[in-house]
Amino acid sequence: MSEPAYIVKGLTKVYGEGHSAVHALRGVDLEIPRGEIVVLLGPSGSGKSTLLNILGGLDRSTGGTASFGRTDLGALSDRELTRYRRDHIGFVFQFYNLMPSLTARENVELVTEIARDPMSPEEALDLVGLSERVDHFPAQLSGGEQQRVAIARAVAKQPDVLFCDEPTGALDSKTGRAVLRVLQRLNERLGTTVLIVTHAAATAGMADRVLNFADGAIREVTENTEKLDASEIVW
Amino acid sequence: MSPLTHKLLRDLWRMKGQALAIAMVIATGVMLLVMMTGLVNSLEETRTTYYERYRLADVFAPVARAPNLALADLAEIPGVSAVEGRVNGATLIDIEGRSVPVQAQAVSLPDFGSPALNDIYLNDGRMLDSDRSDEILLLESFARAHGLDPGDTLEATMNGARREFRIVGLAQSPEFIFTTAPGELVPDDARFGVIWMSYSALAAAYDMDGAFNEALLGLGRGADEEAVLAEVDRQLAPYGALGAYGLEDQLSNLFITQEIESLAATNQSVPPIFLAVAAFLLNIVIGRMVEAEREEIGLMKAFGYTDWEVGAHYFRMVLAIAAGGALLGCLFGVASGRAMVGVYTQFYKFPFLIFDLDATSFVIGVAVSIAAASAGGVLVLRRVFALTPSEAMRPPAPADYSRSGRFGRSIARLLDQPTRMVLRRITRQPLRMAGAVVGIALGMALSASTITIYAGFTRTIDLTFSVVDRSDVTVSFTHAVSDKTILELQRRPGVIRVEPVRDVPVVMRNGLEEHRGAITGMVQEASLSRALDAGGAAIPIRSDGLVVSQTLADILDLAPGDSVTVDVREGRQPILDLPVVALAESLLGAPAYMDMAALNRVLKEPGRVSGAYLLIDDGQSEEIYTWLKGLPAVAGVSLKSEARDAFVRLLNSGAGWSRFIIGALAYIITFGIVYNAARIAYAERARDLASLRVIGFSKGEAAYVLLGELAAVVIVALPLGTLLGYYVAVLMASAFSTEVYQVPAIFDLATYGSAALVVIAAAVTSGLLVKRDLDRADLVEALKTRE
Ligand SMILES: Nc1ncnc2c1ncn2[C@@H]1O[C@H](COP(=O)(O)OP(=O)(O)OP(=O)(O)O)[C@@H](O)[C@H]1O
Ligand SMILES: [Mg+2]
Repeated sequence: MSEPAYIVKGLTKVYGEGHSAVHALRGVDLEIPRGEIVVLLGPSGSGKSTLLNILGGLDRSTGGTASFGRTDLGALSDRELTRYRRDHIGFVFQFYNLMPSLTARENVELVTEIARDPMSPEEALDLVGLSERVDHFPAQLSGGEQQRVAIARAVAKQPDVLFCDEPTGALDSKTGRAVLRVLQRLNERLGTTVLIVTHAAATAGMADRVLNFADGAIREVTENTEKLDASEIVW
Repeated sequence: MSPLTHKLLRDLWRMKGQALAIAMVIATGVMLLVMMTGLVNSLEETRTTYYERYRLADVFAPVARAPNLALADLAEIPGVSAVEGRVNGATLIDIEGRSVPVQAQAVSLPDFGSPALNDIYLNDGRMLDSDRSDEILLLESFARAHGLDPGDTLEATMNGARREFRIVGLAQSPEFIFTTAPGELVPDDARFGVIWMSYSALAAAYDMDGAFNEALLGLGRGADEEAVLAEVDRQLAPYGALGAYGLEDQLSNLFITQEIESLAATNQSVPPIFLAVAAFLLNIVIGRMVEAEREEIGLMKAFGYTDWEVGAHYFRMVLAIAAGGALLGCLFGVASGRAMVGVYTQFYKFPFLIFDLDATSFVIGVAVSIAAASAGGVLVLRRVFALTPSEAMRPPAPADYSRSGRFGRSIARLLDQPTRMVLRRITRQPLRMAGAVVGIALGMALSASTITIYAGFTRTIDLTFSVVDRSDVTVSFTHAVSDKTILELQRRPGVIRVEPVRDVPVVMRNGLEEHRGAITGMVQEASLSRALDAGGAAIPIRSDGLVVSQTLADILDLAPGDSVTVDVREGRQPILDLPVVALAESLLGAPAYMDMAALNRVLKEPGRVSGAYLLIDDGQSEEIYTWLKGLPAVAGVSLKSEARDAFVRLLNSGAGWSRFIIGALAYIITFGIVYNAARIAYAERARDLASLRVIGFSKGEAAYVLLGELAAVVIVALPLGTLLGYYVAVLMASAFSTEVYQVPAIFDLATYGSAALVVIAAAVTSGLLVKRDLDRADLVEALKTRE
């Protein structure tokens, strides 16, 4: 096993203060090896998105440390954090977050513009089966199609780490499998570390490692000895 | 094209309504600045060029009768570059169909060639033929006012003899841009004429062969005018010098200078106010527009766009709107400035027009717009940048309402759901609401102050002609005559009342300050022409000294207790020291009053009058006019109705005319501000409103949630606008006031009622426009994406 991509120690996150404070993370300890596919499972509100946001440099923790390689994310300035996201991270957001005034292709271009070694937007959209819809605006796409644009946008920059918050939530199982296949191929070919949050427990089959989340902490870590191919997953 | 450029263009297109509304407001502010600055510049430039091209004299030296030989000595005075002697004569012109003769000035032109100074511009016809003594040129504006043309004949009385003349041409001169009948303040084209005749003909008529009664002098650069005036007076003293004066005291020039100064003063205070209001709005609205982009900003940041890159993107958007609006304003400003210069060229009878723009007004307009807009954008961007991307990407609404939810469960239960939503939004975002309130209040202040100015102008006219002067006819005598003339007037059937007046032309001095004007000697308890202050109360006339108008006191820097040097310019021309005993606010001119008998005493000319105010029987007016015309002592007769018309014309056509343009722009800005407030509120809430509709609210209820907010903002803005309007009005009133007339800032219910109506009308119109969009909105579209 190579050097870990992330080492997380005692990570906490509190939203708000006093009475209305929400403890979203209550001390997370974790190691994510480089090049693995990691699946996070857990009930709604258990803190999965929160963890992803902190590791992806979108948010800051309240306590504990999270390091990417040798870099302590908490110690980075806003500027360095921007750099980190720009150079290393790909994101699929739970709510897609497409720019409404940009077409599918342009939404992907928004990321490839500033990436170091991107694939072409067309290629990325082709990977998620949207080559026919490249010039459509988000408002003209179904929820699942919007989600696939979001995935194309994340993979197109060929990041070192890919965070996917419920990437298949709005997809039928056939399309969902195709999307997972894309993630798996990226992982195999480029060694991209992939973190997937999902409610579909079956997805766990393709993971190297499965994290079970509950109440802001990791309850259980399972390492898969046998990985399934994405095409074999059924839910 | 980069995706951000696509986004920019599409966003601008999507917000085109809003963007245009914002751009129009800033355009209006910039337009006023560019237009007024261009106007003032052009008028100044045109006047200067007119003066130079037609060699207007720098010094005017009236004298009783001096031999032409004396001119050579005048030319030797250091600093004098040109000299011209001419004959001037007071004349009465008979105009067919008018029972009152019109006063005129006959001016000589050299028999051969053009004059060295005070040249004329021939509008129509031809120049004089010096062999024919009955040929005249007539002042063009006067001829137009009476429908006279070259080829027509004209009867005039010169030096007591009535003669018939032939008009061969119409002319204009920088010396007579404004003509004012003697003893009157307000210029009137119709009631004072200028006739040009060849020197030989005019000299013959006034027994001035080989002589002149006015010397004109041109000064070279850096000449010492004071020294020249003194030397001219010294040289001409043996010939009956009446006192040389400089161009700055020449009547027409005085008037045009004041007009331009008044426009310049207006330009200095009004456009900056408008621009500031527009800039404020721009700042607020751009801020809110960027605020609405918060999630997009967060998203770009999440992808690794730096603050600079995101900032640059929004700066381009801001630039497109602000600079677009400002440039539009420049274009409008140039176009309307050009049009206004055209109008003013006619008002001021310039024979040509020099359109001169001021580049700094463009720079200021564009820079202020961009700075205001950028400041609005930067403030918000900084706030959003301070958030982590994950916070920024989350729509801000749900989390934050928790606090305002507390405002009394019991009260809340009394209100229906939509009302609660309106109140929550207002209480939750007090800053944003405050911005909207101040914006609308400023809009109202602009409208209120322009309406105030309108009312001020009307007040000036009313006070002057209905309250101050209650006579029908004003008679002025050729010189100060014995008060027996008054008795003669009183005895005339049809004359109901006669009130004498003694106007003494003087130059008043206090230290270095100097003012050429008159002292008005009035009878105690005058009733036909009263000295009134700005409040409409009678100014008590004193016999122990002068009651000086505030305007004059400002010019001469006088206070009660001071004494002023009075250089009398008629009769024996004594120099007196008179005490200032009181100040009075006056609306018209810069008068100084004194008891008539006391004035005559200090002049050592008892029982003299220079004019009279008459109240006459309407039925006999024609006979009385004709009779007055025949009296040898009468120099002029002016009817109040004509004087009033002339004054109204002056207020509505000179510098005062710009108030209508400014008023129109004030309404446009007010509407723009209110419309923007409605528009941006809608843009921010489109998705919420669509959600309301989806869960079963009616169109009306959804509109209520949106427009209730606008209504609340407007209601709070009205009193604030009233207060701000007061200050803006005071500022504008002083800008519009000139030495000739003062414009008071009038504060009454009607003014503020009208201004409030302007705002309310704008709010209702904006509400309807926005509601139309709301009704048409596609629910699914609105929910899927954000407006
Ligand atoms: N900005 C915030 N302010 C306050 N509380 C928050 C905020 N964001 C998240 N939370 C709370 O933190 C907890 C964890 O949220 P998180 O989004 O990480 O859950 P999740 O595991 O991703 O849930 P889901 O599966 O529903 O997406 C939740 O209780 C949530 O209400
Ligand atoms: Mg989540």
